[in-house]
Amino acid sequence: MKYFKTLSGLALGLALSASTALAGEIVLNSDQTDPAPKKAMEELIADFQKANPGITIKWNNFDHEGYKSAIRNFLTADAPDVAAWYAGNRMAPFVKAGLFEDVSDVWEANGLNDQLKSAAASMTMDGKKWGVPYTYYQWGIYYNKDVYKKAGVTEPKNWAEFVSNCEKFKAMEIDCLTTGSKALWPIAGIFDYINMRTNGYEFHMELTAGKVKWTDPKVKAAFAEWAKIVPYTTANHAAIDWQDAAALIVQGKAANYVMGNFSVATFKQGGMTNDNLGFLVFPEITPGIPRAEEAPTDTFHIPSAAKNKEDARKFLAFVASPDVQTKMNATLGQLPVNNKSTAADDPFIKAGFEELSSAYALAQFFDRDAPADMAKAGMEGFQEFMIKPENIDAILERLQKVADKVYK
Amino acid sequence: MFPKPIGQVRPWLRTAYKCALPIALIVWLLPLIGIAVTSIRPAADLAVGNYFGMPSGFAGVENYTAVFKNSSIGYYMLNSFKVTIPTVIGAVGLSCMTGFALAVYKFKSNLLVFFMFVAGNFVPFQILAIPVRDLTLQLGMYNTTMGLVMFHVAFQTGFCTLFMRNFIKGLPFALIESARVDGVSEFRIFWHIVMPLMRPAIAALSVLIFTFIWNDYFWATIMAQSADVRPVTAGMNELKGQWKVAWELITAASIIAALPPVAMFFLMQKHFIAGLTLGATKG
Amino acid sequence: MSHRTQASFWKKNQRAMAPWLFLAPGMIMFLIYVIYPICQSVWISFYEWDGLGPKTWIGGQNYVDLLDDDSFYTSLKNNIIWLVLYLLAIPAGLAVALLLNQTVTGIRLYKSLFFFPFVISQVVVGLIFTWFYAPDFGLLPNIIKGLTGSEVAVLADERYATLGIIAAGLWPQTAYCMILYLTGLNNISSEQVEAARMDNASGWSMLWNIIIPQLRPATFIALVVTVIGALRSFDLVSIMTAGGPYGSTRVLSYFMYEQSLSEYGTAMGYGAAIAVVLFAIMLVFISLFIVRMLSQERNS
Repeated sequence: MKYFKTLSGLALGLALSASTALAGEIVLNSDQTDPAPKKAMEELIADFQKANPGITIKWNNFDHEGYKSAIRNFLTADAPDVAAWYAGNRMAPFVKAGLFEDVSDVWEANGLNDQLKSAAASMTMDGKKWGVPYTYYQWGIYYNKDVYKKAGVTEPKNWAEFVSNCEKFKAMEIDCLTTGSKALWPIAGIFDYINMRTNGYEFHMELTAGKVKWTDPKVKAAFAEWAKIVPYTTANHAAIDWQDAAALIVQGKAANYVMGNFSVATFKQGGMTNDNLGFLVFPEITPGIPRAEEAPTDTFHIPSAAKNKEDARKFLAFVASPDVQTKMNATLGQLPVNNKSTAADDPFIKAGFEELSSAYALAQFFDRDAPADMAKAGMEGFQEFMIKPENIDAILERLQKVADKVYK
Repeated sequence: MFPKPIGQVRPWLRTAYKCALPIALIVWLLPLIGIAVTSIRPAADLAVGNYFGMPSGFAGVENYTAVFKNSSIGYYMLNSFKVTIPTVIGAVGLSCMTGFALAVYKFKSNLLVFFMFVAGNFVPFQILAIPVRDLTLQLGMYNTTMGLVMFHVAFQTGFCTLFMRNFIKGLPFALIESARVDGVSEFRIFWHIVMPLMRPAIAALSVLIFTFIWNDYFWATIMAQSADVRPVTAGMNELKGQWKVAWELITAASIIAALPPVAMFFLMQKHFIAGLTLGATKG
Repeated sequence: MSHRTQASFWKKNQRAMAPWLFLAPGMIMFLIYVIYPICQSVWISFYEWDGLGPKTWIGGQNYVDLLDDDSFYTSLKNNIIWLVLYLLAIPAGLAVALLLNQTVTGIRLYKSLFFFPFVISQVVVGLIFTWFYAPDFGLLPNIIKGLTGSEVAVLADERYATLGIIAAGLWPQTAYCMILYLTGLNNISSEQVEAARMDNASGWSMLWNIIIPQLRPATFIALVVTVIGALRSFDLVSIMTAGGPYGSTRVLSYFMYEQSLSEYGTAMGYGAAIAVVLFAIMLVFISLFIVRMLSQERNS
């Protein structure tokens, strides 16, 4: 790769000196190794190259987990022209370290301030825009309608109903809620929702930003709500991955699953259809609190050290445009950010669109809203809580100790 | 000989021993046999919970082709070779020289230099990780095969020097002395007298280093991150994340990834064991 | 300067110069990539640094924080468990070696196949044992279920996870010790054994009084590689549990990786401090090894 880059850099240099009209190559680093995202990227790259003859994209596809540590290195040492990343707090360290390029001009020139309005806040720091969002997806509760029928329960209107449904599932030896916490992150979704429904969006954001303490009684109140459903949650969740838990929904051994919309593909692979797979907005806990939702947004950025920023800007404008987002998100099975795009004709995407467009506010997800080291400690705490709820005080004290260090 | 040769014991004990051997071997290799069988099971077997019974059919060809088709394991294997082979050449080459210098010459800091190599060879990787990664970044070799090779060569030189030095110490020193008397230069002594005698040591070290580097996981994880550089050990971890429950694929990929060092071992067994057991008999 | 004086200078001094010329390439590489980074890590451990921005000198604060970090104690405790249980590889290796030290047909193949696990990478060993322990369909939980009627998810249960990983590590490590002992047994003086047989020594007393003392070199090497292997344990933890459930299988090496190099960690100074502690522990064993080698050198 190195040699390739030196060579292509050389070629680019030659091209520029010969004639500036000759466009160059964009090096693009991203982490789309799963089948659907990979296909979406391949289509995107092909379409961009067709629309911009003379510009070629050299795509370095990284492993999803490895990417998160790799980006820190390549941004400083060996910057690509475009890098995939996430909105919100997760991009803050790079913006602060001056590693991302200000792309407010791309927003300005392409009318994105209007078209990408919903995500503008999460892309703005110090009054400037630092990248463009291209997709987001909803979280919520996915459930097995057949199991609901079998247990004779209906969609819960609020938390109390959800909990009382759990007892009915328990009587039939069905896990009311399933999850797989081997990789930790799935249970962060449960915490986010319970905390946002118990204490509201602002409190949740203050907590993930280190402005309130983990030992705050309100945090404990959220865990008390969580404790109500712990006995009804799949017992060996720590031993399984999220796909294993999805299989339990498919097999009818579990009823509900707090998950992101990407899981629909997995449920359907297992044989579920639009007829027996249901989707619920997470029910209300504290009455009257404005409803916030989880909607992680994926983005593209230009590193400050990029060599071909001119063409990189063209790429950002391209990926922000309505038609491109329509097509890309149809492949991804997710929601376009651009409000002039059309969402795919799919009940779950439609439901997500409704859920999110009527929400009071959107959170990015625990491991994107909180700094990475806090997120890790937090998720371990959640896992321990789900296995040993009685340890909650010790867990919260430990989390506060981590927070004292992380946010100082 | 200890224990007493089995030929000299009572017949029933001899028979018992001969029966016990294969049973012990099967128990010992049970996990391995398990994954080998899983890797040729049809996916349907796993779906219906047939994990241990006879496979309902032979799906080895399908599974192994699927591994190559659905993943970059072919590239990962190639990357592993690209890291491993230059490292073997580099580390063995450098240590022929360092080992020669430390075994043949008497100079003041000889033991000090030798123990630096020996001690360095035992340090935990973690104490090197942050600075080595920074250095590699600065040299522009981060996420390249070359970056991994440079580090591996340097680090393995420690173990190789220990090995080579002790090996050369065991060679007849009189050969070197008489050559010196004849006025042969030091470089000619190294090249024409000592090097030819070092062949078994070079062979032993080569297979050992090949196995060590092929199996390295820590450095592969922190220094190689894109699919076109990542060696197969780090690649396996990624595939495990991707395939999760498709055990027939994970097990097949595991077997593919384990093959080169296993082949190396069976082909060069004598050298391999000679290398590993250096020092187990004397001293 | 005539060519002649140069040549004679070289001639006169080549015995003194040659070793350094031979050493130079290897030593320079080793100094740059091993010795100097050790010093750098110690130095970084006194800073707060996220790997991107400037470094801030904070003195011993990282070490103070370490002493107040539950994860550190968990890791340390697990390292000790690893160290102690890993030593089982030595008697186990000896036992297998004694079993195989015979001359029946096909014994060579048996020896190779018993040694086989050592050749496989720890990543694959980790995957094999993950499969072996997997809840629902794993071999071990099924055996346990058959015996006791209840299921155990070895790697998800705080009580068993570390033990499960160590057991996986013992598999190749026992093979390694076995091969060391087989070589050692090969070189045992048969006269002594026969003489002892004349004196009616046999079985345990023979093993204890005659054989094991003669195996001392092999035991020493086995001890060194096992201790180092136990403290280096990273691959298996990373593959099998990634430190989980809730951090209970962390060891120092993995803890350092998590803090500084993983997707969730950027605390370079803190990670360096963990590495320094691990290094200090290993230094005890490295020193023992060096002291022994030194006394050998002096005797020879």
